[in-house]
Amino acid sequence: MEIVIYGIINSITLSLIAIGFTLVYGISRLPNFAHGAIYVVSGFMVWIFLNMLHLPYLLCILLSLIASGIIGGIIYQLALIRVRGMPISEIIASYAIGLAILEGLRWAGFKGLTYTLPSFLEGSVIILGVPVDFQRIFLVIIGVSIVLFLYLFTHKTKLGLALRGMAQDERAAMMLGIDSDLMAVISMALGSMLAGLAAIVLLPLGNIIVEAGYQILIQAIAVCIVGGLGSWVGAVLASFIIGFAQILTVAYIESHFQMVVALLAIILTLIFRPSGLFGMQKELEERV
Amino acid sequence: MKGSFRKERIDRGIKVRTEGIYAISSWREMGYLIIPRAMLIFGLLLSPVLIPSLYWQRVITYVCIYSLLAIGFDFLAHFVGLVSLGGAFFIGVGGYLGAYLNTYLNLPLYLTIPISSIVGAVICTLLLLPCLPLRGVYFAIITLMYPLIFMRLIEALDILGGTEGIFGVSSFPNQWVEQYFIILCTLFALFLLRRFVNIDVGLVFRAVKDNDQAVRASGINVTFVKATAVFIASLLGCLGGVTLVHIYMWAGMSLFALDFSIIPIAATVIGGGGTLVGAVIGTFILVPVSELLRELGTLRIVFYSLILTGFVIFKSEGIMNYAQRKYHQFERWVRV
Repeated sequence: MEIVIYGIINSITLSLIAIGFTLVYGISRLPNFAHGAIYVVSGFMVWIFLNMLHLPYLLCILLSLIASGIIGGIIYQLALIRVRGMPISEIIASYAIGLAILEGLRWAGFKGLTYTLPSFLEGSVIILGVPVDFQRIFLVIIGVSIVLFLYLFTHKTKLGLALRGMAQDERAAMMLGIDSDLMAVISMALGSMLAGLAAIVLLPLGNIIVEAGYQILIQAIAVCIVGGLGSWVGAVLASFIIGFAQILTVAYIESHFQMVVALLAIILTLIFRPSGLFGMQKELEERV
Repeated sequence: MKGSFRKERIDRGIKVRTEGIYAISSWREMGYLIIPRAMLIFGLLLSPVLIPSLYWQRVITYVCIYSLLAIGFDFLAHFVGLVSLGGAFFIGVGGYLGAYLNTYLNLPLYLTIPISSIVGAVICTLLLLPCLPLRGVYFAIITLMYPLIFMRLIEALDILGGTEGIFGVSSFPNQWVEQYFIILCTLFALFLLRRFVNIDVGLVFRAVKDNDQAVRASGINVTFVKATAVFIASLLGCLGGVTLVHIYMWAGMSLFALDFSIIPIAATVIGGGGTLVGAVIGTFILVPVSELLRELGTLRIVFYSLILTGFVIFKSEGIMNYAQRKYHQFERWVRV
């Protein structure tokens, strides 16, 4: 029972982490290697707002969500917009920006185990004989509602439909009067906000550390590749697969192998089904 | 009414002459061809003699190790179209293998270096093989992941010396052997690879970057070509790694450090991608600067990343492409 409940929680954690990355890649075909950096930055922003400016917690969360969205938009507008369509430069530029942010934070003294966020609500409940604290319940609620929200947003609103149009066929979308760069900025800002949200929900469970940026990026990428780059359904499904696999390895083998599970999942996917479970790309485009 | 002008760029006469048999018609033409190359070769060969301080001689050695990585990166990125974000992976595999062979199996230095370069390159190629049949960002992602995961595995499982590392690796007989070995390796790698990409085999590699469907239609196995390229690049990286281990006399988790991934990329972009020699020149600029900035700690990585982003976005041709253009061509204004 414990495995089932914590497996579900872990899976929803993974999908929260990955959904921002897959959103950006799905819409603008931009591998955002700065995803983990934005995650860490928004965690630290909440910490700064909370402990240095002494704002109320909810306000801190809102402010840092907005700020991380703006950071994502700025990264796109200042840097990535100039190298779009050049895969080598896109990868190098976004990776370098992410690295600059993370190592800059480390240099600025944000390291060690002293940075923690308070959880939303202390305490725990017992579900089917397993104690689960309120923060993890919040996590599940927020994760599920984010997925639902994104589904409604992309299927019902005009902006969401425009974003989906971009994802399906950029040229046709442009022909219909959808501003490609504007949509890409929006997708990047939205993706960064989702990374920020993941940070805000997840970080109260542990410390804010800079190294988390790399781990988050790896996990996000693993989920996205297994699910098929750019596919949201695939990402959610893949996070359940990887999430349960990780919990099972922790329970039966050893906790150090969590990262290896992610890597193995990627490699097996690339060997047997390169476009992922729900790949949006056609086989021929992916495989030479 | 003044007419408008545009800039015209024309090859110098001497450049055209030196492309054919007329290159040996006079000293001037021969000098035009030889001087830039000779400057690089003699500059590298004389640098240990000319630089008095022991510390900066050691820096030259590091420059050469980073150059090997950067040449590999440039080759993969601009001739085969694979972006490797994990130079540290090559260094780490080569280094740990060398340290293991040297301390546990007691192999001497002149055996560990070739064995661990080649075996390490085979290991790297096999580990990267699953993402080679695919296009797109997969290769970059996997190469980014491997060094991080290897680092965690070594830390978690406490294998290969764990967090302490492997001590007692034998050193080079003396400092001159060490320096000239790595300098000669760098020069050989540079000129061989330059030759390699310009002969028929190199044409296939470039074709994989530009139009892989055409390569496939020609009956050539694209995955095999890519695997060969990865083997070459990781051979250079592993060679750098095992040399580094013998210089440090120690192998540890810092072999998987980010510096080895980011400096070669930054050096290639700054020096000029697609020229191979640009990568070497880039490291000659970056590594000494990084030694000067040593006390700044991780701010150095921020500094590289920002320079890198700036160059990628605003000046993507890099120093060497610019210099070559100035050397081979002249510009003039013509009336339109």
